[in-house]
Amino acid sequence: MATTAPVEVERPVADEDVEPDVPWIVIVWNDPINLMSYVVYVFQKLFGYSREKATRLMLDVHLKGKAVVSNGPRETCEFDVSRLHAHGLWATMQRDR
Amino acid sequence: MAFERVKRTRKGDFQVRLPAGERELLRTLPEQLRELLTSGDAAKDPALRRLFPPPTTDDEAINAEFERLMRDELVAERIASLETMERTLEAERLSEDELAAWLSALNDLRLVLGVRLDVTEDTTVADFASLPDDDARVLMYTTYSYLTFLEDHIVGALAGGFD
Repeated sequence: MATTAPVEVERPVADEDVEPDVPWIVIVWNDPINLMSYVVYVFQKLFGYSREKATRLMLDVHLKGKAVVSNGPRETCEFDVSRLHAHGLWATMQRDR
Repeated sequence: MAFERVKRTRKGDFQVRLPAGERELLRTLPEQLRELLTSGDAAKDPALRRLFPPPTTDDEAINAEFERLMRDELVAERIASLETMERTLEAERLSEDELAAWLSALNDLRLVLGVRLDVTEDTTVADFASLPDDDARVLMYTTYSYLTFLEDHIVGALAGGFD
């Protein structure tokens, strides 16, 4: 599907005393119910990740308790969280500090 | 030997082969989820909180706004998937969207049962073996195990499309 590419604009360098936009991250937490195969499927479906990347993230969730699955502006992360919730995954977002 | 319950066809839709007893079990499930989604009380029901977790661990303002903006849409999506599954419960062929709706509804049901049964990663059938047969948890765990099995077949069939 083609769309018109946005025009690239050179952004001015922010003054040092201006708080920069802090990006957000989306975290998926381990839960004892969702199937490992299902979690891989959801990561592939929602984010277009390769099976390898989706599997690596799933294993991080499973073995380390959580994984960062996406990042960006707040609105993007809210959207990702809502999609993950729609698929039954336990996801939260936070500022990437 | 177990056969593949769900298989992608060359046309790109899916063949669903389920024994009559399995379809019978599936027919009993949607009403429970519909009732939870339409009239459940999140304050009292951890299963509902599991389906609709807050989007942050510590920001009440964002959590409240997310609930206000997203909750109705998320409920509507879940009910739409449930209705698609109910409508196609007897079908032997499903489109990819219909099968994805089944997966969504079945996964919601598994989550609800898992929360009700207090499932952990170490839970096995042995944890329920000592319960009397008429204990509601016996049927719930049987259903939970069946959904695990069926969901794995569905994910296997759908995930083939990514490769």
